[in-house]
Amino acid sequence: MNSFLNANAELVITLVKIVLLLFIVLTVNAYLTWFERKVVAHMQSRWGPHRVGPHGLLQPLADGVKFLFKEDPTPAGVDKLVYYLAPLLALALALTSIALIPFGPEPIRLFGHDIYLGIAPPDLNIGILALFAVTALGVYGVALAGWASNSKYPLLGGLRSSAQMISYELALTMSVVGVLLMAGSFNLKKIIEAQAHHPEWGILGWNVWPQILGFFCFFIAAVAETNRVPFDLPEAESELVAGFHTEYSSFKFAMFFIAEYTSMITVSCLCSILFFGGWLSPFPASGLFTHYLPSAILISFGLWVIWDGIRYETIFGRIVLPGLGAAITALGVVFVLLPNVNEFIQGPFWLLSKIFVFLFVYVWMRGTLPRFRYDQLMAFGWKLLLPLSIVNVIVTSFVILAKMQWWGAK
Amino acid sequence: MTASLAVFFAMAALAVIGAVSLIVQKHPIHSALSLIVVMIALAGLYLLLGAEFVAAVQIIVYGGAIMVLFVFVIMLLNAGVEEHTSISKMAGAPGLLLVVALAGFVAATIARSTESVETTLQTGEIASTLEISNMIFKDFVYPFELTSFLILVAVLGATVLAQREKS
Repeated sequence: MNSFLNANAELVITLVKIVLLLFIVLTVNAYLTWFERKVVAHMQSRWGPHRVGPHGLLQPLADGVKFLFKEDPTPAGVDKLVYYLAPLLALALALTSIALIPFGPEPIRLFGHDIYLGIAPPDLNIGILALFAVTALGVYGVALAGWASNSKYPLLGGLRSSAQMISYELALTMSVVGVLLMAGSFNLKKIIEAQAHHPEWGILGWNVWPQILGFFCFFIAAVAETNRVPFDLPEAESELVAGFHTEYSSFKFAMFFIAEYTSMITVSCLCSILFFGGWLSPFPASGLFTHYLPSAILISFGLWVIWDGIRYETIFGRIVLPGLGAAITALGVVFVLLPNVNEFIQGPFWLLSKIFVFLFVYVWMRGTLPRFRYDQLMAFGWKLLLPLSIVNVIVTSFVILAKMQWWGAK
Repeated sequence: MTASLAVFFAMAALAVIGAVSLIVQKHPIHSALSLIVVMIALAGLYLLLGAEFVAAVQIIVYGGAIMVLFVFVIMLLNAGVEEHTSISKMAGAPGLLLVVALAGFVAATIARSTESVETTLQTGEIASTLEISNMIFKDFVYPFELTSFLILVAVLGATVLAQREKS
């Protein structure tokens, strides 16, 4: 057994990482639904879920159980093979794309092996291209689901989605070219490192400042690619019942749901990596106390949860919430006491906080913006986003050329 | 049998099965799906040869863009199950002859080649993006530009043809 482990260490580590990441992503997905419902509810002066568990924290669990035990009818007249394949395809591709994201700069040394955070090897030279390849296939899940259902509303939803994804993928890919030109590589790790050329600049060294136009195009196109408000025409409930997943119920519907939320996470990761410095700290490298910021945030959040918990109405909440708060506070204290650990969590902490901010923006938009009309959507993609992203590419290449020509940079 | 050889045979088998299924399937959507399988299996083969960039582009362009358009058009036209006709003798006889000729040609080429056929990883030679871009934009820039001009003409032609006639 031991010799087998030593001989196939790489394989075993990767398998363990896959299982871990799968578990984490699915849990985060479940709590993302809770987060979304809570935030949107508070934006609309409601409470959101609050019955199942303290602050409704067990609601995702209840929803999961409901999805599993619901009756799963297959409508008559569907194309069986494609009908079953579509949700599988959507989920598998969404989860594959997140496997290509690197989550931290430094490997962690365990049992004599360097273990990188993230499943794909950090020197994957086609990083961003591989990601685009996986997301480019993502449209099949939605399109085939719409077609295989053999029903008119899903078909319309599937058609809309294919047209929308084809239109916005162009702008999505073009808007990244500026970043690639500045980094000179497809490798996600190198793209982040290129934003750290001036460590003393901190937040000002990130790609978002020179590439503000690219970021604008990328984020809008990415929201459209994930079929979220205000671009959720494939599932517009006032026009198409539920769009492409009208005929799906139970866990097959849940698979589409998980796929959508996973691609939201992937897009947030990409935004942070490409434009917001990935795991780089926003503070200049010379900052004295910024290393303790993660701990400070964790401890104050933990204390707030304890304070909130002891005043909670139910006894269950009065037990669980302070316990949770104490655990979070303890984690923060551990980071302060162990400098090595504190050093290690800096990268992942900043990346995760950026991802969280983008997820909040997603929810924020859902709570704020009305849906586009279909012709507006098409006109916006082709007549505004695509030309803008092409202009961005041209301007960026000219600036880089000018720098090389006159200032001899690089 | 090494791991890369096993992957090669898996990918090759997938490509051949997909290609046969493409012809045999009765419904256009199923045929299109089989074609996607072929494209992805080919990308896997490129990856095996160390051509990462080509593999990614293969999936993005063929698997993603072109096949999505195929599927989109089939869905839009709502094409139904095809009727199978018995193969006409006119197409059958020359077709069979051509298949035999092609198989013979490939077999003869493999038999005559003195070098062993490489199916394993060859790192870095044809692979790097830099190499490819140097070739496209420096060595072969005129053929490349000519091709893009041709595509532009085709796009314009398609737009003109698709435009509604003004009455």
